[in-house]
Amino acid sequence: MLKKYKVNGGFDEMLCAKTGIRDHYRKFHKTFEKMKPVEFDAKREAVDAAFMRQGITFNVYGDAQGAEKIFPFDLLPRIIPATEWEFLERGLTQRITALNLFLHDIYHEQKILKDGVIPEFYVLSARHFRREFVNFNVPKDIYIHICGTDLIRDKDGNYLVLEDNGRCPSGVSYVLENRRAMKRTFPSMFEGIGVRPVENYAQELLKSLRYIAPAGVADPTVVLLTPGAYNSAYFEHTYLARQMGIEIVEGRDLFIRDSRVFMRTTKGLQPVHVIYRRIDDDFIDPTVFRRDSMLGVAGLINAYRAGNVSLANSIGTGIADDKVMYYFVPRMIKYYLDQEPILPNVPTYLASEKEDMKYIMEHLPELVVKAANESGGYGMLMGPKASKAEIEKFRKLVIAEPRNYIAQPMIYLSQHPTFCEGKFEGRHIDLRPFILSGERVSIIPGGLTRVALRKGSLVVNSSQGGGSKDTWVLYGDE
Amino acid sequence: MLSRVANSLYWMARYIERAENIARIVDVNLQLLLDMRNLDEKRLIEYWEPIVQATGDDEAFFKAHPHATGKAVTEFLVFQPENPNSIFQCICSARENARMVRDQITLELWEELNRVYLFIRSPHARKVWDRSPSEFFQEIKSASLHVIGIINATMVHDEGWWFVQAGQFLERADKTTRILDVRHRTLPERGAPVNVSPTDAIEWSAVLRSCSAWDAYKTISGADVHPRLVAEFLLLDDNFPRSVRFCVTGLNRAVRRISGVAEGHFCNDAEKLTGRFLAELQFSTVDEIFEIGLHKYLDDAQLKLNNIGAALFQAYIFQPFQNPDEQHMVQQEEQQQQARPAPPSTLVRPY
Repeated sequence: MLKKYKVNGGFDEMLCAKTGIRDHYRKFHKTFEKMKPVEFDAKREAVDAAFMRQGITFNVYGDAQGAEKIFPFDLLPRIIPATEWEFLERGLTQRITALNLFLHDIYHEQKILKDGVIPEFYVLSARHFRREFVNFNVPKDIYIHICGTDLIRDKDGNYLVLEDNGRCPSGVSYVLENRRAMKRTFPSMFEGIGVRPVENYAQELLKSLRYIAPAGVADPTVVLLTPGAYNSAYFEHTYLARQMGIEIVEGRDLFIRDSRVFMRTTKGLQPVHVIYRRIDDDFIDPTVFRRDSMLGVAGLINAYRAGNVSLANSIGTGIADDKVMYYFVPRMIKYYLDQEPILPNVPTYLASEKEDMKYIMEHLPELVVKAANESGGYGMLMGPKASKAEIEKFRKLVIAEPRNYIAQPMIYLSQHPTFCEGKFEGRHIDLRPFILSGERVSIIPGGLTRVALRKGSLVVNSSQGGGSKDTWVLYGDE
Repeated sequence: MLSRVANSLYWMARYIERAENIARIVDVNLQLLLDMRNLDEKRLIEYWEPIVQATGDDEAFFKAHPHATGKAVTEFLVFQPENPNSIFQCICSARENARMVRDQITLELWEELNRVYLFIRSPHARKVWDRSPSEFFQEIKSASLHVIGIINATMVHDEGWWFVQAGQFLERADKTTRILDVRHRTLPERGAPVNVSPTDAIEWSAVLRSCSAWDAYKTISGADVHPRLVAEFLLLDDNFPRSVRFCVTGLNRAVRRISGVAEGHFCNDAEKLTGRFLAELQFSTVDEIFEIGLHKYLDDAQLKLNNIGAALFQAYIFQPFQNPDEQHMVQQEEQQQQARPAPPSTLVRPY
């Protein structure tokens, strides 16, 4: 079935232009080629129907019908050999360690600023820097408990870090559900090929959450705090809560008394010790942050400060998501760990730096411009694909608010064979591994591979026509 | 169990049960009209108007439609999204409630609710309806029965399950009283009717069929359909699973299992009102009911069921200070808590 598939420029995950099928795809390719197109069609339809039936969907914002869509799923797995994965694991562990040290530092001594490694201005002006939490000690000194770091590969196949999501990264439920679907669809392949399992993510997550329980609580009650059923990631929230066997709560289910958190149950109030919150800082407590928040819990921050409840992720981690901070992560690694970064960043220009600004202005049509605090593929300019008017619009935006913008060269992400409109074609992909920091750092083998289903598109976000693939990390290298 | 979760499970059960009952009422009425001769528009309206009244949404209906024609009524009760109690909306609400507690219900239950939800939202549903309404109703009824079966066979029978039971029995009892009330215009205000015409008999057997009670009734009372016997069966029968007495017995068991309070005692209004209503059903005869007047009796019964629902909400669900900004409400609540007499030991809250 893949006979007609060709590399069309750039780096292809499966095919090498010179040597043909890459080693780690060989076993899969052999088995897959034995399948007839009708069989494949039947399997594909069965998987889509199963996702719809199970309601594995995300909500589309701004749709009056309250429509839910399935996150399109492509049956061809993305495969990563063992050695490559070990390299990524080392790189990601290094990165999260540095980020946690950085967060501790800027909320305490601010050594990195005093030593002039990062200009003070960038940190203090960051939208998600929470002054209120300077000198506050978070449980076990962990700030980012759950991190989703987006990785891409350039035209030579080098892995680069695109961004860190240190607030409420989502997508892990699709990793788990995609795997289940693949196991049902290709049961015989897994054993023959040797794919590392992903099932224990929920246990690991629960372990990390229990680890940060307030001192003196032997058997902590852990809950997941969701914005509610209309949030686009609601399926994921219920999924994770169910997998961990913990309660999923909304703000209105929680109640604070004497700086302690309780949930309202049919048997009265019951104490809560750890909250895995999937609500951003801004919405979590209307008495401290946004006053108009209906999702949060009044008094929660007080309870947190009193040490009676632990939050994951901690308050104030949003600064690590700031795309300007991203620029400095390699420096953080060097400063705190005295190591060279294992995983490099994408070359980045800061609009507030004079030299960089000049470069950005001169090369705007070639660059990708991103707002420092947006995600989901919003607030972004893809220079080479944009119209003149769009470019000029961004030029004005960048000049008006340089602190809020960065620019990067356009990276042609690696491609992967994907089933589109009746045939297999190359589509751009990225990878979001999920990194847990508890007693130790643990990373789910693989992560979420997102694929831009539109031909030529480089935007993989689900809100922008992206889909996903199962990610296989092999036990061996072929 | 979280109060919000209990609330969602309870409403999920109520909505699915409601969808099934509306399906049966409309289905039976459509069948019934096939047996009638000389139906002009006026006569037709006489058959459809009570159906709207039976669902309790007559006010909303007449706001939107001047006359209770067959087309208007069926559309209103089956598809109309503006009617919160149309089958369409009931299925959507049941599914929405299930979605809010997706982590608390089994995969099988979720998939079945999701399946019927996808069905009723698809163009296919309309096609089935146009081809054969009875096939459409069959789909709804069997989905509901399927859901009930899955709930019993796959859910852990813990507190949440008892909330489901409470919702299901409460809704079913309510709907049975409403279906029984459909033909009240043909009855004398007080006392049972003496003469029953063949047309009356057909109409009362339609009432039985709307409750899936036709076969069960026949085995007990024979083929002779008399309003007095029908009312006795649907209100007071001990063993028929849709009779009001049976449902209230189930409801009583559910509220007691939720609180753990023994028979003959109560710790909240829901238990008190349920127990009282049950005792009344256990120690009444149908003649006494007709002496009061069936219509009036049924009206009272519906009121009692409403009060039980409200009391359940007060006891387990009510979130007195939902809006975090209104701190004064919180204080008010705290004061109320102190002023209230201490509840029985089983309900002492661990403040």
